Amino acid sequence: MRSIAKKSAIVGMGVSDFSKDSGRTELRMTCDCIKAALDEVGLVPPDIDGIVKHADDGTDEHAITSAMGMGNLTYFGECRWDGSACGMVQRAAIGVATGMANYVVVYRAENGASGSRMGTSSRNMAQLATGDLLQWTYHAPFGLTSEAGRVAMTVRRYMHGHGVDSDLFGWVTTVCREHGARNPNGLLYERPATMEEYLQSKVLVDPIRVLDCYQAADSCVAMIVTTAEKAERLKQQPAYILGGVQTILAETEEKNGFYGPEVGGLPEIGRMGERLFAMAGVGPKDISVAQLDDSYAPLVPMQLEELGFCGRGKGASFCEGGDRIRVGGELPLNTSGGSLGEGFIYGMNHVAEAVRQIRGTSTAQVKDAKLALVATGAGGPASGLILGGSR
Amino acid sequence: MSVQYSSEHSIPVPPPIWENVGFWEAAREHKLVFQRCKECGTWAHPPRPTCPKCRSLEKEWAASKGKGTIGSWVTYRESPHPGFTAPYSVVLVELDEGVRLVSNMVDTKAEEISIGMPVEVVFDDVAEGLTLPKFRKVG
Amino acid sequence: MVMEYIPGIPLLRPKVDLDNEGFWNGVKEHKLVFQKCKDCGLLVHRPRPMCPRCLSTEKEWAPSEGVGEVYAKVNFVYAKAAYPGIKVPYAVVVVQMVEGVRIVSNMYDVKPDDIYIGMPVEVVFDDIADDLTLPKFKKRLV
Repeated sequence: MRSIAKKSAIVGMGVSDFSKDSGRTELRMTCDCIKAALDEVGLVPPDIDGIVKHADDGTDEHAITSAMGMGNLTYFGECRWDGSACGMVQRAAIGVATGMANYVVVYRAENGASGSRMGTSSRNMAQLATGDLLQWTYHAPFGLTSEAGRVAMTVRRYMHGHGVDSDLFGWVTTVCREHGARNPNGLLYERPATMEEYLQSKVLVDPIRVLDCYQAADSCVAMIVTTAEKAERLKQQPAYILGGVQTILAETEEKNGFYGPEVGGLPEIGRMGERLFAMAGVGPKDISVAQLDDSYAPLVPMQLEELGFCGRGKGASFCEGGDRIRVGGELPLNTSGGSLGEGFIYGMNHVAEAVRQIRGTSTAQVKDAKLALVATGAGGPASGLILGGSR
Repeated sequence: MSVQYSSEHSIPVPPPIWENVGFWEAAREHKLVFQRCKECGTWAHPPRPTCPKCRSLEKEWAASKGKGTIGSWVTYRESPHPGFTAPYSVVLVELDEGVRLVSNMVDTKAEEISIGMPVEVVFDDVAEGLTLPKFRKVG
Repeated sequence: MVMEYIPGIPLLRPKVDLDNEGFWNGVKEHKLVFQKCKDCGLLVHRPRPMCPRCLSTEKEWAPSEGVGEVYAKVNFVYAKAAYPGIKVPYAVVVVQMVEGVRIVSNMYDVKPDDIYIGMPVEVVFDDIADDLTLPKFKKRLV
């Protein structure tokens, strides 16, 4: 396999604040963040010749190029699925590593809380209404109409298989909130959550509690990917892309299929991890900090197992007490707060935080962070990245 | 306890797409069927154009014995859809034929549901033209 | 002749948002305005969140003289290839405004076959519903 590993880097980044009401259109946020990304590395819009966007995003290439005077796109396309954040960066890396483009913008923007795009109905209902025939045909008539419910089904089986107590998932939430409380840009700055609050939070769909669920937010993340060589000439410390992979398996469905060989795991994350570590030529022990899909807290211990950070069934006890997964621990997780503590933007904030860790600019900085892993799409089409400060 | 439906809002109705029609037609006749490959005998659910094992296009609707065990379940404490009244449970049944089916229990409290519990199919005519295969405890 | 909207079929309405509301607010008051960059003065249509020349987000809504000429036109003559809510035949034009921007619109009081490229036009406002006004154009006598 001719690999794109180590041939590209994330160089510039623009992240909006996370709020319940941005007061801006998604397009405006996108343009603002792309401009911030350009400014911090010293590029101008005509330098940009590629855009990788998400199929569900309300903005598009034309709107961006006409607003920002980008007259020279040679590489563009869409990714689908909620877990595509890392996959979009991978697509950009392919573009620059193969010479199809020099500077590729990757972005997502959504007024996910104020809901200018989806209306006031939940993201779950919008998803159900827009596409997934399987959900409509075989799940919805039985009342399994929400994403949280589908996740809960897998989590229950996971708990049963390994004798896991659902209270332990609270450590994921409390640590993410602890990290989020340190992040002035996040939705929950200075608002940590205690284990007691977690345990008292309402059960939404047993075994998932309200505090297991991501924080809907209005936000945008944009970044610029270029070749490793060009990256070295720009203003910021490059976050080199040492590995980037996407994974769909035979029975993959969006957020938890029930029809694969086994229920109760995250096989896409497992396969993604194998390929990601192989591509980067490193192993779980080499990772300094990880940003995992915490759209639902119980998915985090499951990912720790699938990615080989701990043994099967040991993910929840790995998180117990929080010491291993908070800054200063053996594997600090979701140091910006992630979806639980910073806000939900489909894992794009997780990629941005991995870049900060490599740059040394996180508000919960891990000392000497050399390698940062990002996983998105737990329980569905998955993607992952390993970023590093050197090649 | 069974799932309670709202009197004001209907529940989502499965759209009649050709690969799915046989399953829902059979349910209306109070039969539980799954797609089975005519070549290699592999059962598959949800239905799909080809056999996932041998890629054959030749398939039939084979009658299930309707017996299995609970593979997983969830209980909605808040309803995400106006057609359903919370609390209600959704189960994942592992049929003896080797396929899984999302469904509901009838006459069973949420606290009584457990993984591995033996169940058998019953049919609930929930609306004009819509019958849902549901399950009850065995023994 | 005027465009005929067929009752009972929804009108196609603009999607008004924070980036373009200045344009549509102007139209509602029977004023044609275009987005103008407060920093570099660049005039653009359609509205967008940034100035494509200097990336400023500071903008104002500059009044247009409302005059220009037909730059391109298309006649919708076959009902099945047109929006069912508008009676065929009808024409859609691109107007080149004297300020330099172009705008897609309709002609008012002109038969589709009488429209020609280069035809001098001036803006009129068509209140097609209680809550919807569209800027259209009529023949300008020169």
